[in-house]
Amino acid sequence: MRLEKRGESSAILMLIAPVAAIAVTLVVTALLVLWAGAPVGKTYVLLLQGGFGSVFALSETLTRATPLILTGLAATVAFKARLFNIGAEGQLYVGALAAIAVGGLHGGTGLEWSPWIVFPLMMMAAAMAGALLLLGPALLKTRLGVDEVVTTLLLNFIVLLLVSAMLDGPMKDPTAMGWPQSVALNGELELSKLIDGTRVHTGLIWATTLAVMLWAIFKYTTVGFSIRAVGANARAAAFAGVPVTGTVVLVAMLSGALAGLAGAIEVAGRTNYVTLDMSPGYGYSGIVIAMLAGLHPIGVLAASVFVAGVLVGADSMSRAIGVPTYIADVIVATSLLSVLVATLLTQYRVRLK
Amino acid sequence: MTDILDLLSNVSFWIAVLRIATPLILGTLGVLLCERAGVLNLGIEGIMVAGAFAGWLAVYAGAPLWMGVCVAALTGAAFGLLHAWLTVGLALSQHVSGLGITMLATALSYYGYRVSFPKVSTPPTITPFAPMDWLPIPVLDAQTSLTLLALVLVPVISYLLYRTPVGLAVRMVGENPQAAEGQGVSVAWVRTGAIVAGSALMGVAGSFLTLSAFNAFFFNMVNGRGWICVALVVFAAWRPGKALLGALLFAFFDALQLRLQQAGDAALPYQVYLMLPYVLSILALVLVARKAAYPQALMKPYRKGER
Repeated sequence: MRLEKRGESSAILMLIAPVAAIAVTLVVTALLVLWAGAPVGKTYVLLLQGGFGSVFALSETLTRATPLILTGLAATVAFKARLFNIGAEGQLYVGALAAIAVGGLHGGTGLEWSPWIVFPLMMMAAAMAGALLLLGPALLKTRLGVDEVVTTLLLNFIVLLLVSAMLDGPMKDPTAMGWPQSVALNGELELSKLIDGTRVHTGLIWATTLAVMLWAIFKYTTVGFSIRAVGANARAAAFAGVPVTGTVVLVAMLSGALAGLAGAIEVAGRTNYVTLDMSPGYGYSGIVIAMLAGLHPIGVLAASVFVAGVLVGADSMSRAIGVPTYIADVIVATSLLSVLVATLLTQYRVRLK
Repeated sequence: MTDILDLLSNVSFWIAVLRIATPLILGTLGVLLCERAGVLNLGIEGIMVAGAFAGWLAVYAGAPLWMGVCVAALTGAAFGLLHAWLTVGLALSQHVSGLGITMLATALSYYGYRVSFPKVSTPPTITPFAPMDWLPIPVLDAQTSLTLLALVLVPVISYLLYRTPVGLAVRMVGENPQAAEGQGVSVAWVRTGAIVAGSALMGVAGSFLTLSAFNAFFFNMVNGRGWICVALVVFAAWRPGKALLGALLFAFFDALQLRLQQAGDAALPYQVYLMLPYVLSILALVLVARKAAYPQALMKPYRKGER
């Protein structure tokens, strides 16, 4: 088997590729649903309804999409410069811890200043915490050539243990009856709800704004150009005068900051305190979302809503007919792999000798 | 200080070291095979989960223990084949494909567990491998035959890599695929073979957890061991002997932190001890960074006729 680059992609192929990817995912999922002994059609209907079928379902999906947009953007910036940041999960958690440190400690009320000062301070602290957590692996990569994939992955485990230690110690909520959760955020710092009676909060607007800003940075600024150049070919970029190391460090700060913000916005918009299970792998899902979006910031918005819809829909479908919720993770992983293959096949022709 | 000496003269401590090292040895050898052929396999974390689950499920369904190990190896090989198709056949990004495999394998295993056991609160158990108490060697006589297998595989893989034509082909496609192709070696086939074999070892590494170290399948039971194996391979400079050494060294510190944690006065939170293995892995990477001799073609997809 060999691959041959296509001169130009045909329009029909560009249409068929995503459809084929969706079809593969649907077939794999259907087989698994049959294994669980559930009716396939009904499962899909319930999944769709649970994720998108009502105002409530949509509001839940958008709530879930908010942190996913941010971790998706974090992965997008990093992967664009070929900095493989797999540590968004850890960066999200240190962001959440930083948010509580600024807005929740100090006698349970946060710092005793006006929320107009404390809120930006809280967000900045969270972004900074995430950025600093990724700075280490980025410097190890640029200075010593240490592969950032493994270091960022291992840092996720270290950070989760740090969170656990904080919830037992300095950030422990004394009123939680031994339940591992942090002190709550000062109520004045909470993000307001977008729709009454649902959980969608203004964090969604923040995340969307950041996606548009990132798109503009990529498209219209020199920094964006440098990032793309370093990702495309670091040596050529260096030759052309792009400061490669500086760009990688900047990308690390940006990516880590976005993931850190995801944590702070989750705390301020949804949970109000840090728990060990506040993120069911949002950091890892962010990578899938970035790839599904083809590393396009606006695509991240759509991909986040898709992934969030599948997760929320699977929860409600599972409650109704008992197919395990893990089906959502299978759908997400399968769609990632099939979209990768489909994209490749639009660019290359497979020749069997 | 005397406490530490007491600990080191304690047989049960060394038994723990070897037990902790076993899945790491198997997993590290698996990663080593893939990377020597020039392919990063970040699927290991998920493949270990799948091996742990599939092997255990087979035994739970009545298969003999060794059949369970074979099922785990086959499961690993199947995911390896998928990884090979994506990274060798289609030359996709090895990072992303590997992570995708980890997500898929983990999700499939958890889904399979929940489908098979929808309403259990305590995990169902099997009778795991028994220790080899017939063996007249201390420490090893408390281990199971899977540990022996892991230890035997080290010289076997070393011999294969350095003393056989197959091993030469594997190293060639990992260093200089163009030259290998020029010598009539099929880069695609050799890489595929190495990935499938390496992934089978990862599956067996996972099955050690459910068929020997414990007797049940738990969520999150692999808990980063796969990633640690990826770090250990760099530390071992892609050599099987050093991989064994690295795994043992790592297991030594892991066993040490467990003991310290048990003996610990409350001066340090227990989480600090649990962090140590991960911190050590990062430190190991930093220490060898300057002289790490990566296989030249690692992470470089090879498309025939393309430069």
